[in-house]
Amino acid sequence: MTTAARQFKGEATRYTGDLTHRHWIQKALSGYEVKRDENKGRFQDWESARQAAAQIKYEVINHLDQYLAQFVKNIEARGAVVFWASDAQEARDYIVEVARKNQVRSIVKSKSMTTEEIHLNPALQSAGFEVVETDLGEFIVQLRDEAPYHLVFPAMHLTRDQISEIFQQKLGAAPVKDPEQLTMIARGVMRQKFCQADMGISGVNFGVADTGMISITENEGNARLSTSLPRVHVAVMGLEKIMRSMDDLALFLPMLATAGAGQLISGYNTLYAGPRAADECDGPQQFHIVLLDNGRTRLLADAEQRDALHCIRCGACLNVCPIFRNVGGHSYGTTYQGPIGSVITPHLRGLLEWKHLSFASSLCGACTQACPVKIDLHHHLLQNRRNATQAHPSWLERLMFGAFSIVMRRAALYRLAMFMGKLFQPLHPLVKGTAVDPVKAWTRTRETPPFAKTSFRSWWRDQQKGA
Amino acid sequence: MKATLFIPCFIDQFYPQVGVGVVKILRKLGHAVDFPDQQTCCGQPAFNSGLWDQARSVAEHALDVFRQAEVIVTPSGSCGAMMKIHYPELFQNTPRYQEACELSSKIYEFSQFLVNRLGVTDFGATFKGKVTFHDGCHGLRGLGVKNEPRVLLQHVRGLELLELKPAETCCGFGGTFAVKYPQISSAMGDSKCSAVLETGADYVVSNDSSCLMHIQGMLTLQKKPIRSLHLAEVLAHSL
Repeated sequence: MTTAARQFKGEATRYTGDLTHRHWIQKALSGYEVKRDENKGRFQDWESARQAAAQIKYEVINHLDQYLAQFVKNIEARGAVVFWASDAQEARDYIVEVARKNQVRSIVKSKSMTTEEIHLNPALQSAGFEVVETDLGEFIVQLRDEAPYHLVFPAMHLTRDQISEIFQQKLGAAPVKDPEQLTMIARGVMRQKFCQADMGISGVNFGVADTGMISITENEGNARLSTSLPRVHVAVMGLEKIMRSMDDLALFLPMLATAGAGQLISGYNTLYAGPRAADECDGPQQFHIVLLDNGRTRLLADAEQRDALHCIRCGACLNVCPIFRNVGGHSYGTTYQGPIGSVITPHLRGLLEWKHLSFASSLCGACTQACPVKIDLHHHLLQNRRNATQAHPSWLERLMFGAFSIVMRRAALYRLAMFMGKLFQPLHPLVKGTAVDPVKAWTRTRETPPFAKTSFRSWWRDQQKGA
Repeated sequence: MKATLFIPCFIDQFYPQVGVGVVKILRKLGHAVDFPDQQTCCGQPAFNSGLWDQARSVAEHALDVFRQAEVIVTPSGSCGAMMKIHYPELFQNTPRYQEACELSSKIYEFSQFLVNRLGVTDFGATFKGKVTFHDGCHGLRGLGVKNEPRVLLQHVRGLELLELKPAETCCGFGGTFAVKYPQISSAMGDSKCSAVLETGADYVVSNDSSCLMHIQGMLTLQKKPIRSLHLAEVLAHSL
């Protein structure tokens, strides 16, 4: 078992056993489900919208070279500087360099999972820059020195009491519990930071190719401040985030809001089209876009799973996933949690190290059903399992399933195996629940069914004879 | 019509009454029933474990066994989905791809066969008791079985159908997942059992015995009085 697999198993077991955690998460997400279904109903037809969205993404991902070139050409024409980063290291180095060149001291950030993916904060901090997260959830988990729990709701695992506690500890705040008052405490801190910051870092929800713009979706307004007040704006964008045109956004903006947060539309949807122009009085003087590959072209080359690049990071698959709802977001140990994380992490960070996530699924398909861009998520988990088993077969499983296939190809051997099972089952109580119980993983929480006195095939044979 | 039965291995050995129920119902409706006795397993355990070569060799056996069948009826959404959805994929770029597609087109989950193919929703079945229905995920999301079992249950005399809340959440069985990650699987099972108990039903019914093996296994260990039954057992109760 790899380190990541051991860590996952340990954490998953710990969280699953924590009933308070389980109830909290399930309660938090049940509210989402109600709102999501309400707003799905406002689409003329949600299933057709999914189909249309999937087709748009299919077109873009399968012509990514053209759309990326168009996007870059158009946004460069308006003064943006585009940097193509092939991996996380290149992206980090570039951003640190931009900060150095501009004599930046303090940096504000809006919510971005892509910057989590490249571990940007530690790199900037160790280079001597102050970095403050300005999304409320991200701000809270940054104070707690934790990774985001959920790719859309980073602090959903925390209660008001826990948030109040960390505000008291880290900010010397008064012991208030009211959500509005807690928000005001965070705002008080952040407003200062926005005014002081020399550099703002954001993610990108969509890059619009035909106009050369980036679109950022948020509910708090902090991204607008992070990207417009500081002198320098750096946007980090996964290269799959391209849309063809503004028309596409007409579908994708409400879809992202509904699938992701159960909203009709997010609070703020803003398009950014480059640095401050000559005739403008505000906005950043420099506008950098870091286009990140970091394994995405590997996924692009995989015809079977290429549609995983359709992902708009809405988090719908996490919200409905019974595994996520039990193990929580921190067990995964990945940037992207839940089904989409289990599908893409092996491609981004190594199949053998991360294959265990593809096995940690009952393959119920709720994720695939929820995905607004129709990524065949649970199917890709099966493909990851196959690829991992081919790349690194476990001799024990090979032996077991080798025997399984020999037996199941011959009815006589099947009958013999079942006869043996029936013969030995009465002895099972002797070892049941002990270390030598061959099915102890089952019997600890579940009773085993007894073999029937007469199997179906025996019954069939007997009544055929009688007939 | 002659219906050829595929009785999955665990139904054959643990729950033969499910297969017997299917036979009784189809015969009552005037159809001939066939059971090729060389059949074994659909190969899903190997497939889901990533060992597609081993799964394919088991699936080839199924292609041989069911070659002559006109329609294949199975009382398991999960095994049905394996044959209907995954066989064509498993045989892609192999000489038997066409055969796999043909087999796939003949597969019917039991309740879909009754309602959609035969157009039967009521054949005078009687069953006394309060029943809640659990949707097996592979039947529900793989094969699109949702209303068929409910329509059938609603026409059973004496039966009161109580909806599970939430109805579409996985019970946590998931085949080898149940023993690879027993804690997660059992936690999911716990939620499902609580939902079942909350309905106040006397029986939890499903079209997948594998889910029921898991749910019943937990209920028995927790000494809960509620019993699990396959849809075919309920429908065949009075026959």
